[in-house]
Amino acid sequence: MPDRPHRTGTTTSDLVVVGAGIVGAACAYYATRAGLSVTVVDSGPITGGTTGAGEGNILLSDKEPGPELDLALLSNRQWRSLADLPLDDTTFGRTVELETKGGLVVATGQAELDGLARLAAEQRELGVEALAVPGDRLPEFEPHLTDDVAGGYQYPQDMQVQPMLAAAHLLRLARRAGATVLTHEPVTGFLCDGERVTGVRTDRRDIPAGAVLNAAGTWAGEVAALAGVRVPVAPRRGYILVTEPLPPIIRHKVYLADYVADVASDSAALQTSTVVEGTGAGTVLIGASRERVGFDRTTSLPALRQLAAGAVRLFPILRDVAVLRAYRGFRPYCPDHLPVIGPDPRAPGLHHACGHEGAGIGLSLGTARLVTQSLIGEPPEIDLRPFRPDRFGPEVSR
Amino acid sequence: MTEHLVDLAVIGAGPAGLAAALAAAEAGVRVAVVDAGVRPGGQFWRSPAPGAGPFRPATLHHGWHWFTSTDDRLTELAGTGRVLRLAGHHVWSVQAAGDQWAVHCVLGAEPRQHGTSAPVTVHARRLVLATGAYDRQLPFPGWDLPGVITAGGAQALLKGNLVVAGQRVIVAGTGPFLLPVADGLARHGARVAAVIEANSPLGFARFPGAVLGATGKLGEATGYAGRLLRHRVAVHHRHVVLGALGTDRLTGVLVGRLDRNGRVRAGTERQIDCDVLAVGWGFTPQLELPLQLGCATHLDVDKSLVVTVDDDQATSVAGVWAAGEATGVGGADLATVEGRIAGLAAAASLGADAVADGRPLRRRRSSLRGFASAMHQVYPIPDIVLERCSDETLVCRCEEVDAGSIRRAVVDLGATEARTVKLLARPGMGWCQGRVCGFATACLTARHTGRAVAEPDLRAFADRSIATPVPLGRLAAPLADEQPDGDGG
Ligand SMILES: Cc1cc2nc3c(=O)[nH]c(=O)nc-3n(C[C@H](O)[C@H](O)[C@H](O)COP(=O)(O)OP(=O)(O)OC[C@H]3O[C@@H](n4cnc5c(N)ncnc54)[C@H](O)[C@@H]3O)c2cc1C
Repeated sequence: MPDRPHRTGTTTSDLVVVGAGIVGAACAYYATRAGLSVTVVDSGPITGGTTGAGEGNILLSDKEPGPELDLALLSNRQWRSLADLPLDDTTFGRTVELETKGGLVVATGQAELDGLARLAAEQRELGVEALAVPGDRLPEFEPHLTDDVAGGYQYPQDMQVQPMLAAAHLLRLARRAGATVLTHEPVTGFLCDGERVTGVRTDRRDIPAGAVLNAAGTWAGEVAALAGVRVPVAPRRGYILVTEPLPPIIRHKVYLADYVADVASDSAALQTSTVVEGTGAGTVLIGASRERVGFDRTTSLPALRQLAAGAVRLFPILRDVAVLRAYRGFRPYCPDHLPVIGPDPRAPGLHHACGHEGAGIGLSLGTARLVTQSLIGEPPEIDLRPFRPDRFGPEVSR
Repeated sequence: MTEHLVDLAVIGAGPAGLAAALAAAEAGVRVAVVDAGVRPGGQFWRSPAPGAGPFRPATLHHGWHWFTSTDDRLTELAGTGRVLRLAGHHVWSVQAAGDQWAVHCVLGAEPRQHGTSAPVTVHARRLVLATGAYDRQLPFPGWDLPGVITAGGAQALLKGNLVVAGQRVIVAGTGPFLLPVADGLARHGARVAAVIEANSPLGFARFPGAVLGATGKLGEATGYAGRLLRHRVAVHHRHVVLGALGTDRLTGVLVGRLDRNGRVRAGTERQIDCDVLAVGWGFTPQLELPLQLGCATHLDVDKSLVVTVDDDQATSVAGVWAAGEATGVGGADLATVEGRIAGLAAAASLGADAVADGRPLRRRRSSLRGFASAMHQVYPIPDIVLERCSDETLVCRCEEVDAGSIRRAVVDLGATEARTVKLLARPGMGWCQGRVCGFATACLTARHTGRAVAEPDLRAFADRSIATPVPLGRLAAPLADEQPDGDGG
């Protein structure tokens, strides 16, 4: 456990957060709430990274028992308590379009349904609510769902949020509590005192700090390299289709059972598994594709086509609905599909909160809680070892 | 699914596209001309709808003779199989496919029809993008009242269907384009109450070289001005519309005179009654397809995002040329010259014997561009228009986003560019995807962040991997350039 960062005058922050995505925003807010002085710095605008290109599912349903589910459960509780925080004339939850509408996972065949049943049983042991829905009762949940499904499970704790609004409001709350947010200012290096990281250098200034948090998402590997340590975060491309606004016809987040397998897959090839959900704005979001093609920004029509085909198959009523746009993001993933969270023993003073792949929106608040606990020297609520930054192998020499 | 294979695909059948297509086809190249419109001519030479009644397009259309003869010649070449004319084809995606380009189209003039007929893919070895521009709009108090239309919209009504837009009309905004609009309306029976021009043509005095280089252009404007005089249409220079008045629909406008500093001069505000207000603040080039291909862009003098081209109209992407408004708003004459240069260059790259009249063409282009640049400087958008946008003024009509929401996204939430504003407050997220409010959102964002509009602000609205709405069922169908496969899974 590192020392508690010390306040050293006005120009030094207790904590510099690199990255103003949802993870950096959440960490900045939790740290200010714990009494730390915080500076957030981003090379671009706020929410300009993957947070500005993601969907806002906060899921328990797709997680198998293990460290990620533990983190998801912690995060789920954080989202619920933050939802009621008074904000302006309303609440944080309403402002960021947090909807506790629940997820519905459906299976097309009996074998998949059996798989779902096994997963649900394991999840229930850990406190996840999962309700079996027989095929003939699915229309009560989703009237427009294809009847070509064997059955499914409802997950009442699954939620949805507008991720950009969530990140922006977390940053706003942090600023209100005294944090500074610097945008369009890339971090180009670290300030060091021997082994110890003592701040960051940007293209404009030096920012001394008691501790530095690497929350640079898909680019976290590059930031870590500036401090001489290896954190193998790589991009995993994903597309989302957005339809024209519709009257509410899809009530839950609905997805096919194979989504769970795809999320955990190691394949580099294009995979799509169908995820369909309505939003507060009336548009329907259709995901999700996964492929490992580096930062390739050219549009992949096969990916868009597979997403469209999957959505029409699940909800035939969508056939004539227009797609207005498609957007693409690069999920930050690590080889073992787990995020990197906590202090880096190889570079004292440096902490990480990155590599959340396709679940960083949902996992951001739990991550922020763990990071803050370790910064102020409290025992972390869940075991940080599975998320250790040095779990991947040898250090790159400085 | 229908597939076509050609040497050159020209996207857009306006002045630039037609000129490019004809130049290349005459040089022996097999050309497809693809356009979303049902009839050729683009925004500028809108042909009347069949059965639109008696008309004399020649009186309405500048350059009509060039258009009809080009059109006739292309039809002739279409008869020989050299030219393929694909009207009513809306391109939603252009992609590299091996050493060719795949141009994916949906059919039907309206997005609602896009699902009904089989899609079309044009495979081409070279591309000329001549995608034109559409009306640039700015919000102001009352602009969402029925009766307020765009200047281009009024022009389209006149040209396409020969309907007079309304009885008492005011034409407002800025730029020489307002004059032909007013003239056309007046000649077709509308009472044009006034032309409200924010700037003054006297500004051209600062650019004698540009004016001398393109004397014809000024003559054109003088001609319209003379005709307006005969129709007793008053042109008020250095005046702006401060607001549209009316409860359920437009009944009048509030106008004011600008002083030297661009402020409304005290005591000059007055009301003018009207049924229709046609507003034009210039044009926004359509850059969806060039951006899909990764073509380099820059900001033009009029703050439009435009495709960067070299002396041959070649873009930064090999095998792709661009011409017309997509490379900078400058009118039909310039577009025609650029189109011809692009068509010849694309033909030459295919091995055709197409050197032709290069030098004079380039000289003509350079003087027309000089004039266009002077025009943009003489007719800027006055700051006062955006300053008059109050928090309650609606900016995005599709998503009902007001100017206050945009301001709060910047001031309260910390957005620093238009894309972030779009993500946080939803302007430009609706059916039209920012065609109406994109430029205004970019300008308002820049204003609130205390800087000038920059490229990323405009890219936020033009950067679209699907250029036009496509039904899910249509998108789900396999495309020509991929093997049909299983269901993804
Ligand atoms: C298509 C798609 C769908 C998704 N759906 C979901 C979902 O439903 N639910 C969910 O929970 N998650 C989802 N995700 C994943 C989620 O979007 C990400 O996990 C999450 O946004 C990561 O947040 P972040 O803050 O770590 O990274 P980012 O948002 O990328 O933030 C990192 C920031 O670091 C900045 N940065 C990088 N380098 C530097 C530097 N040198 N100096 C300064 N700043 C720097 C970047 O500019 C960026 O702003 C989805 C992702 C995609 C692509």
